[in-house]
Amino acid sequence: MTTKERVPAVDGWFTTEEPYTLIGARCGACGTYVFPPRSGACPNPDCASTELEPTPLSRRGRIWSYTENHYAPPPPYVAAEPFEPYALAAVELEEEGLVILGQVAKGVMAADLEIGMEVEVDLQVLFTDDEGVDRWVWTWAPAAPQGGAS
Amino acid sequence: MGVDVGAGRPSGRCLVSDDRDLVVLGAGMHPWGKWGRNFVEYGLVAAREALADADVAWRDIEFVAGADTIRNGYPGFVAGSTFSQALGWTGAQISSSYAACASGAQALQSARAQLLAGFADVAMVIGADTTPKGFFAPVGGERKEDPDWQRFHLLGATNPSFFALNARRRIDVFGDTPDDFALVKVKNSKAGVHNPYARFRKEFTLEDFASSPIVSDPLRLLDVCATSDGAAALIICTPEYAKRKLGTLEGTVRIKAVANTTPTYPQVRLELPDIATDSWAVVTPPTHGFKDSIARNAYEQAGLGPDDIDLAEVYDLSTALELDWYENLGLCEVGEGAKLVRDGVTAIGGRVPVNPSGGLSSFGEAIPAQAIAQVCELTWQLQGRAEGHQVEGARVGLAINQGLFGHGSCTIVTR
Repeated sequence: MTTKERVPAVDGWFTTEEPYTLIGARCGACGTYVFPPRSGACPNPDCASTELEPTPLSRRGRIWSYTENHYAPPPPYVAAEPFEPYALAAVELEEEGLVILGQVAKGVMAADLEIGMEVEVDLQVLFTDDEGVDRWVWTWAPAAPQGGAS
Repeated sequence: MGVDVGAGRPSGRCLVSDDRDLVVLGAGMHPWGKWGRNFVEYGLVAAREALADADVAWRDIEFVAGADTIRNGYPGFVAGSTFSQALGWTGAQISSSYAACASGAQALQSARAQLLAGFADVAMVIGADTTPKGFFAPVGGERKEDPDWQRFHLLGATNPSFFALNARRRIDVFGDTPDDFALVKVKNSKAGVHNPYARFRKEFTLEDFASSPIVSDPLRLLDVCATSDGAAALIICTPEYAKRKLGTLEGTVRIKAVANTTPTYPQVRLELPDIATDSWAVVTPPTHGFKDSIARNAYEQAGLGPDDIDLAEVYDLSTALELDWYENLGLCEVGEGAKLVRDGVTAIGGRVPVNPSGGLSSFGEAIPAQAIAQVCELTWQLQGRAEGHQVEGARVGLAINQGLFGHGSCTIVTR
């Protein structure tokens, strides 16, 4: 079965159409950012605002740190069988002043990464649910050269 | 000596005063291991050992502070009550605290506040756990709004993943090597061999690391602490109670500080179990990061500083994290932690031994008991009773850890 529609594993955290971006929240009063997005109180202790609005975040950032997992995580992670090691990266978004964790695109491993490397948001299938529907999640992928074909 | 406490929160709420000292009358533990028995069973052993050590009858305990466990059903959520019932109801006052890895220190703080407020004169602080095999996983059920559930489900971000992100920073930013991390395990395992309460009493060498499988690169299985069963208990009291009982306060172990500290916004260091940091785009980050501020709060309460510390028990969830704590405690400058372990500064016999108990490396983590066990170890060290792993002449000890979701804790005891 193929389908164009990408069903997210979590609602409202990223766009499912290109160009893929993470969606955070921004305070309408003080301007601070939050990820994962949420509504309600601003996290800034000096701001009493309750107006957090969804906002797209920068598509590109630089790796703050990374790792590669060699053991299958416990549920609720749905591990592939046989288990394949995967990399995680914590990525710094300069404009928003955030470091955001994500799995690294399949096939890109720790040996391919370094701190400071530029990466961008992509999507990949996290697992297939009980109804056979692929569930997608954001990943950090090595950034395509600016202006080049991706 | 004091430290500069100008930055961060105002300090008026924790004035330094001997009037706020409490006395550790007794300490007790059940050895750490992996048996899967009822956690209450372990707790009873620790409780009775602490009572015997203090020479206090159970019926005389006026306040019971339980540290909760979340993996053992309802009795674990109401630990103060559970242990009180197991020892026999006496009509004592109780509390039950959960603060992840800081639960034990939170229970200690709960008892401390009761004693300092004059509501009780003598209290028991107790925590025990039975842990499942393998990685710590979130508690059961589909809880899509729970960040702890989300990080496992969406990212497969296990606890060692976070330890590894931190270790990678140390390698790439400070020039640490995997051997530096291994040296922490070598040091702690050497001490733990002599601790009858430790679970792993085997000395490891650098050579053992080559055959240890990678868990989360760059960390190997030997770099990451295990999950264990265990129990620890303390009997603490007011100085007046101790003086009545002992005739003198001379030679008693005093609790000088217990700090339970939150981060200050924005928390810009990615910490277990967060998917993202706070944003520093609009609000300037505090001068001192979260883990630095935990220690600083405790130093401030005690009127002491890093140079006064004779030994420390730190939360070595991973080998590399122990090196972070050296820096957070101010034992060295940022980035110089590895040099301390290389030079033997933090080994028994060094300038400031760290984890002479063997640390989590030798114990594995029994969450609600661990922070209490740290204080048991400090007590025995200060009393000169840590046979085989004694830090000679120790007068000032510090224990520090960090619970998930910003529950910091640091305890300082002196003799």
